Amino acid sequence: MLLGIGGRMAGEAGAEAVFVAIRNLSKHFGAFQALKDIHLDVKRGEFVSFLGPSGCGKTTLLRAIAGLDRQSGGTIAINGRDVSNAPPSERDFGIVFQSYALFPNLTIADNVGYGLVNQRRSKAEITARVAELLAMVGLSGQLTKYPAQLSGGQQQRVALARALATSPSLLLLDEPLSALDAQVRLRLREEIRDVQRRLGVTTFMVTHDQEEALSMAERIVVMNHGVIEQIGTPEEIYRNPATTFVAEFVGRISLLPGVAHGIDAVEMAGRRFLATRAAEIADGAAVEVGIRPEAIRVRGVTGSEPNALPVRITDLEFLGAFCRATLVAEGAPGLTLIADFSANLLRDLGLQQGAAITVDLPADALRVFPARASA
Amino acid sequence: MSGDARLRRPLIREQTVATLLVLALIIVLVLIIALPLWSLLSKSLQNASGGYVGLANFATYFATPSMVSALFNSLGVALMTTLLVVPLAFAYAYALTRSRMPAKGVFMGIALLPIFAPSLLGAISLIYLFGNQGVLKGLLFGHSIYGPIGIVFAEVCYCFPHAVMIIATGLRLADGRLYEVAEALGTKPTRVFFTITLPGVRYAAISAAFVVFTLVITDFGIPKVIGGQFTVLATDAYKQIVGQQNFEMGAVVGLILLVPAVLAFFVDRQIQKRQVALLSARAVAYEPKPAPMRDALLLAFSSVIGLVLVAMLGMAIWASFIRYWPYNLSLTLAHYNFGEFEPGGWEPYLTSLAMAGCVATFGTGLVFLGAYLVEKTKVPMPLRSLAHFLAMLPMAVPGLVLGLGYVFFINAKSSPFGWLYGTLAVLVINTIAHFYTVGHITATTALKQIDGEFEAVSASLKVPFWTTFRRVTVPISMPAILDIAVYMFVNALTTISAVVFLYGPSTKLASISIIHMDESGATAPAAAMATCIVLTAIGAKTLHVVLDRLVFSRLQVWRKR
Repeated sequence: MLLGIGGRMAGEAGAEAVFVAIRNLSKHFGAFQALKDIHLDVKRGEFVSFLGPSGCGKTTLLRAIAGLDRQSGGTIAINGRDVSNAPPSERDFGIVFQSYALFPNLTIADNVGYGLVNQRRSKAEITARVAELLAMVGLSGQLTKYPAQLSGGQQQRVALARALATSPSLLLLDEPLSALDAQVRLRLREEIRDVQRRLGVTTFMVTHDQEEALSMAERIVVMNHGVIEQIGTPEEIYRNPATTFVAEFVGRISLLPGVAHGIDAVEMAGRRFLATRAAEIADGAAVEVGIRPEAIRVRGVTGSEPNALPVRITDLEFLGAFCRATLVAEGAPGLTLIADFSANLLRDLGLQQGAAITVDLPADALRVFPARASA
Repeated sequence: MSGDARLRRPLIREQTVATLLVLALIIVLVLIIALPLWSLLSKSLQNASGGYVGLANFATYFATPSMVSALFNSLGVALMTTLLVVPLAFAYAYALTRSRMPAKGVFMGIALLPIFAPSLLGAISLIYLFGNQGVLKGLLFGHSIYGPIGIVFAEVCYCFPHAVMIIATGLRLADGRLYEVAEALGTKPTRVFFTITLPGVRYAAISAAFVVFTLVITDFGIPKVIGGQFTVLATDAYKQIVGQQNFEMGAVVGLILLVPAVLAFFVDRQIQKRQVALLSARAVAYEPKPAPMRDALLLAFSSVIGLVLVAMLGMAIWASFIRYWPYNLSLTLAHYNFGEFEPGGWEPYLTSLAMAGCVATFGTGLVFLGAYLVEKTKVPMPLRSLAHFLAMLPMAVPGLVLGLGYVFFINAKSSPFGWLYGTLAVLVINTIAHFYTVGHITATTALKQIDGEFEAVSASLKVPFWTTFRRVTVPISMPAILDIAVYMFVNALTTISAVVFLYGPSTKLASISIIHMDESGATAPAAAMATCIVLTAIGAKTLHVVLDRLVFSRLQVWRKR
């Protein structure tokens, strides 16, 4: 049976490896550009998260993949088939919304079986499939209840079961956990990840919660102002942020002004620090140097390390298991760092507010970015 | 590619179906709303033989003293009524929302009573009370109830529920925190009233004033029954069309009637935009504190008003059972033997029932489906905006004007709809169009409360939108659908102004029969027929409340937590 389309994608050869291919995707809402020239390849079975602040275009991108909001330009191919102009019903995906969008007047069983009824399957077949799905999400025995009688977490599981009922090749999750309590959210993270792995269904999840993205996704697409800032595994994103935006959005980081100096050093407040930098940054250019709070070393620092820096602790914020310290470089008030000190460390070294210490900024933990125009 | 069989393109796409349905809706709305209005407009610019004469008809109108006097009469009566109703309604609404007076529910119900009666029922009651044979005639000190006094009095009662509802809504929107802050700062109650209460409700009061003004200036029933020699625009239009067959002048009067209504429409829209901004999502509902003096005063005031409203309804009902007012007060059912006073007998009442039933059935179906298509489908925005605009249009068109538009549209030489004239069908269509907007707003509001992703979820499950409409949207919206049906039914029963130009010999409605019997001096049978309508309307509303409870308890178990 031929699908009446002329649109097998150009990259036919890689069709098996690439399951979803997005090319030059853009979307305007009037004068506002919600998506700019998005490129993305996703492999079959991969769990990809779109991460970014509100208004960054992540939901717009998800809805474009679903066909719910048509893109202004560019193409989307799923499983080698160009679906750029296909309506949602011809795209084969299941979707879970932040609001769950469960049908309030239908029972849990009817909600989960909603898409099956339309496939002209037999009653017995549908009943069996619904029971199987509800067992998978741990809701057996709730068949005849109505959504309003379930907790938020249970409703979320029903929505997931309904989305997976027709065995779609693509699962789309739009902020699936943001309406839930912190505890339920943690448990559901694992459950969703579990089900996804077991079924091997290619999954896109939109979230503004970096922790959620880091813990669940195999790859994270960090977005801002309608463009992709970085694509990478959670570890790459965290350890090797491509831009100052990614560095600041995912995790905490101190960004310090400096100047590129030679091939492997930067100058900050008149001092030289060893740091590797990208080739495209010219010698003598203004840069921003980033370091994560937990990467700052205190224990066993002798002062002879190449990146040693005498600082004063100007503030200690108690956060339970650790303290967040504000460190100001001695003689250079422009250099302010945030560091996380464990309770152990504080006790062992007797650190207090106002104390003068020497810290080490390990060269491999320093990230050098081109200075932002406004910075 | 054979494995992708379930992704095959269907024979007809949902999008195509939705677009076709929206186009059909637009065509229907253009036919039943836009084209009749266009006919009215073009008629006013033509002479009797259909030639274009520019504004000549308007020049003639303003050069004819009797016509201009009707215009000023209308403006005077409408202004007077507005000045009386708004303060009274404010005090009554204040009692309902800002006091701890007892029996608020009863007083709310009484305030709404006039809605269930044709406007002219109040006028009939006034005739019994203050007319030539009236028991209270002496209170008028020699003035006649037939004329501006009677019109204003009856209009005040007729418009009262509308003003109370609008102002009470405005008062309910108050943020309780503002009052707590004022109290914490030691503000005097009178200052609180003038600096917080009044400013908070001013938009609602302006809106109510415009609505009342429009209702009065376009009302036909009351001036017809109690106006005597005092002509107003609405009765003048009737005289021009039905009496003198002067269609051009009728069209001019119709357009003049359109001016205040259109003005009111736009003022109201502006006001609603501002009113929304007044109340933030974090506002706390105002809870009145006990104040025995205030509550007693408000209770006394509300009781007086309530008594007047009940009397205005009750007098006509009572009179319909009285043998010969005011000489023989024994009770009788003789006036309900309509065959003696009206060639059709009970026929008009049955026609009204049939008409109202059809309006409620087909009107509700069309309105709800239309609102769904506008609100929930993915049809290109310009098409949906056009449909929405057409649906909102009747709000700005008084019934009388729409009725005139229908006369010209159907009877135009080139019209293919001439055969519709005088049929039940045209009465039903016209009445649906007349009351379309309120139903559309009710349906749209209900649909907006439904999760916007239902259609998206259905699409992902490959379930077409019409299945979700049937299985989910309609069952969830049942309360709103019943509301619309009852609203349409009650209004179809009591309406006069639009249908008075359109009925035929076999489709005379109860409300028109009342006018005819009253014209021929059979006031008691007219009151009897009006009583039948009131009782039917109240009966329908009661049935609705009961049904609503049943629907909630039986069919909507899913709403319970």
